[in-house]
Amino acid sequence: MTLIYPVESLAAHPPRLSPGYKSTVKRSPTKPLIPMRHTLSELTGPVYGHETVRENDNDLTLQGKGEPLGERIIVHGHVLDEDGRGVPNTLVELWQANACGRYIHVVDQHPAPLDPNFTGAGRAQSDSEGYYRFVTIKPGAYPWGNHHNAWRPAHIHFSVFGHSFVSRLVTQMYFPGDPLFPFDPIFNSVTDEKARNRMVSDFDLESTKPDWALCYRFNIVLRGRNATPMETK
Amino acid sequence: MPETEPQGVTPSQTVGPYFAYGLTSNGKYDWNDAFSNNLVTPDTIGERIRIEGRVFDGDGQPMPDCMLEVWQADAQGRFSDPQDKRALPNSSFKGFGRCGTDANGGYAFDTIKPGIVPDPDGKPQAPHLVLAVFARGMLLHLYTRIYFGGEAANATDPVLALVPIDRRATLIAQRANCNPGTAYRLDIHLQGDDETVFFDV
Ligand SMILES: [Fe+3]
Repeated sequence: MTLIYPVESLAAHPPRLSPGYKSTVKRSPTKPLIPMRHTLSELTGPVYGHETVRENDNDLTLQGKGEPLGERIIVHGHVLDEDGRGVPNTLVELWQANACGRYIHVVDQHPAPLDPNFTGAGRAQSDSEGYYRFVTIKPGAYPWGNHHNAWRPAHIHFSVFGHSFVSRLVTQMYFPGDPLFPFDPIFNSVTDEKARNRMVSDFDLESTKPDWALCYRFNIVLRGRNATPMETK
Repeated sequence: MPETEPQGVTPSQTVGPYFAYGLTSNGKYDWNDAFSNNLVTPDTIGERIRIEGRVFDGDGQPMPDCMLEVWQADAQGRFSDPQDKRALPNSSFKGFGRCGTDANGGYAFDTIKPGIVPDPDGKPQAPHLVLAVFARGMLLHLYTRIYFGGEAANATDPVLALVPIDRRATLIAQRANCNPGTAYRLDIHLQGDDETVFFDV
């Protein structure tokens, strides 16, 4: 196999030790990572297609007995690689808080109401060109214990597989213009402004559905293959 | 259709503390699991094994909010991915598993012992799984490998050879008693004297 996933691509990611986000202090390795060449084990990855995605898995407003409360939104975008090529038929998983900023997870004790019609979990498969689409509810901001009066900006968690085990990505999608951005150590753990802004979705007026839902576009860029010239041994 | 302008990757962010109901609901939440920690499918050929252990943070505390993902070859050393041109077409073995840790930081995978996979020079690698570690407090997941104790091929494995001798044990699961079947144990330590070796891939 001659694919190359350049390690330079990883520079966009936040440093694992980002002390502003306190939990990273005891959860990031202290010894240097060991560089290695990619073998087949790293260059291949799980392939999961439509057998994994059921009807309505990508519409979080249809999973309960009734409609969830909150602002209905469409979230769609392009899963592509660094070289601009769409990543087709890849699994996109998401999870999020409800409109009040509360997750159904048992550990979440934020005193905001749960919505019996909203689980906040969804799944979609990108199409033959790499495009995906969800219908959901705009999540609320929520407090957390990192520091005094800490609030997470509204966000949706995304998990994407991509071409190989080393293109695996878990990230968070944010909403444009959120006033909490300057105060959030997780968002700001990405120190490069351009890279940080790639986590902020665009308001997409053209794709809104009149009288029904606003729309946000969130493109997800995975590591590229052959993004740099191949080394000759 | 024109290709989109090249741009940098989307940065990684933590899975946070609340991923379980979306990614590893295990019947605890009203959501169907796409993945489980049992990789064995009915037609799977190979030695059935269980790999288990616990995950610890820098204070030595077990991590109950950690997610592990494994990726491995089948018993013949082939990956269930069309990019592996040698792949066998008729096996339903997928080679991918996902497990959320329990309250004690514990994890377990039921699978089969993988076969030999070549390195880029065609040299055999010892049987191994690739492991990705995600958790609250981890902004970017970590990659490591799980090898098997008592495997002669470990001595010549080209990736283990990159690891200082005194740290290799952090990558090698050791046989444990398990009735019935074979179990291997490997604890993951994010920090400390026994800090697991992680790879920059
Ligand atoms: Fe969150």
